[in-house]
Amino acid sequence: MIDIDLSMVNWARAQFALTAMYHWIFVPLTLGLSFLCAFFESIYVRTGDREWRNLTKFWMTLFGINFAIGVATGIILEFQFGTNWSNYSWIVGDIFGAPLAIEGLFAFFLEATFFAVMFFGWNRVSKRFHLFSTWMVAIGSNLSAVWILVANGWMQNPIGMIFNPETARFEMNSFFEVVFNPVAISKFVHTSSSGFLMGSLFVLSISCWFLMRGRHLQMAKRSIIVASVFGLLSSSYVVLTGDESAYEVAQKQPMKLAAIEGLYKGETKAGMVAAGILNPDKKPGDDQDPFLIKMEIPYLLSLLANRSLDSFVPGVDDLVYGNKEQKIEGVESKMVKGKMAINDLAEFKQAKKNKNSQQAEISLEKFRKNQDYMGYGYLDKPEEAVPSVAIPYYAFHIMVTLGSLFPVLFALFLFYGIKDSLPQKKWLLPIGLISGFLGLMAQEAGWVVAEVGRQPWAIYGLLPVKVATTNLAAVNVQITFFMFLGLFTLLLAAEISIMLKQISIGPSEGELK
Amino acid sequence: MKNNKPIKVIDTVYRFYRDGFRGMTLGKKLWKIILIKLFVMFMVLKLFFFPNFLNTSFHTDEEKGNFVLEQMTRTANPGK
Repeated sequence: MIDIDLSMVNWARAQFALTAMYHWIFVPLTLGLSFLCAFFESIYVRTGDREWRNLTKFWMTLFGINFAIGVATGIILEFQFGTNWSNYSWIVGDIFGAPLAIEGLFAFFLEATFFAVMFFGWNRVSKRFHLFSTWMVAIGSNLSAVWILVANGWMQNPIGMIFNPETARFEMNSFFEVVFNPVAISKFVHTSSSGFLMGSLFVLSISCWFLMRGRHLQMAKRSIIVASVFGLLSSSYVVLTGDESAYEVAQKQPMKLAAIEGLYKGETKAGMVAAGILNPDKKPGDDQDPFLIKMEIPYLLSLLANRSLDSFVPGVDDLVYGNKEQKIEGVESKMVKGKMAINDLAEFKQAKKNKNSQQAEISLEKFRKNQDYMGYGYLDKPEEAVPSVAIPYYAFHIMVTLGSLFPVLFALFLFYGIKDSLPQKKWLLPIGLISGFLGLMAQEAGWVVAEVGRQPWAIYGLLPVKVATTNLAAVNVQITFFMFLGLFTLLLAAEISIMLKQISIGPSEGELK
Repeated sequence: MKNNKPIKVIDTVYRFYRDGFRGMTLGKKLWKIILIKLFVMFMVLKLFFFPNFLNTSFHTDEEKGNFVLEQMTRTANPGK
């Protein structure tokens, strides 16, 4: 239908995914570690114990390294908007402009002032002002994440706007609705608390390494206690906010929920798959079993999706082909309305060109009736509305499995940490050592669920990715994809090597100057 | 008598940053990485590989809007 190179669309998606996933290595660590530094320093200011000061400086150094390598990697995403996703960036410019500008200003003022005090201010400003600055960095970093998640929340659940057919842009008509979009709120609390969890796992990992090597024992034990308390609270909160996120997905993006659960035929009293292997040959609408093997927890999916044990959860087939009994409209019917909307939009454009204001008004009125289905008009067949099932399904189950294990892990570390018997728990320390990597895996899996599960939409239900892209040749995107891959690999290698060096130097001598 | 307070504040802030940057050790290496990264991003990637398609192809918002609208309505037989 659209004469755009589909391989270019896929390369543009791959490039965006690569950049976003790389950016996401650094962000959660910044969100979590900044608060841990504030906790450590608060204890130092309260107790006056120099050991806590050294400990704070050590973690602050690692925070600084992570920040320096990660800073501005997100800007590359904005380059891609302008080059690979020009239709999209034009269409959403009015919505995204405000949140992203606020984020940029916020980040700039925060970084230019409190960051400097945090790193240059030891012995040069009062203890209390230094502590205040550390807290401001922690709070500010987390607040600046609000705005980008508001933008992302809007893509998942576009509200508070109206499409202007003269400018071809969505225009914000309610800042309040955009900012307090329930999807954005649940996304922010889930994402920031998972960042706290990530920071805690990072501290746990490195502290376990010190305990295994028999170095800096006091510092490692103290760090583990604080990180375990913070980690236990935040990982428990992540479970709660995850439940809220799943509820929002079920209400606003039922296709995503069906995909992440591998649910093809809707069910009442639907069970949630605890573990299972998908049938790779399964296609929407066929009679094959979606799973080769699975283990289910009865009723849980109905409870998660609708807060009711005996509610109906629609599957992929219900959403694609419709379900009269459950009053679910199929994609085919939405496609018809969407194509009518596009036709009316084209007529409106032509009438405007011909300066026929009466016809323009009639076309606009017709367009408004079906505008909410516009995105479906670009689909070539109903099955195109289904995202890849395997990728979000496995990513979701990796995230949930790991997310359920982390509270147990923190509880164990806290228990043995309070008993002061951690160095003797040889079986537990290697688990703690790899926990940072597991946390990172869960973080990335979470974004895969959110973004791959959103496909084929750039803006849910309104704009498919194939219309959001620029009409470029795939080779252009391929070249920059591999350039990024090289650049990111280099930067990541630099981060890991600098961090490992600082970790091996240890707390007392390892402060960032 | 002249009020020198604002100048003193500016001087203190300037010295704070100057001494902070001068006293850096590991920070110098990190700043080098940041600057190289920003140079590669803005002077190489942005300049040669990531032109803003609409800004380079069109001059006015009206032209950009018309182009995007054209893309959005350019379908073979949308009614069918």
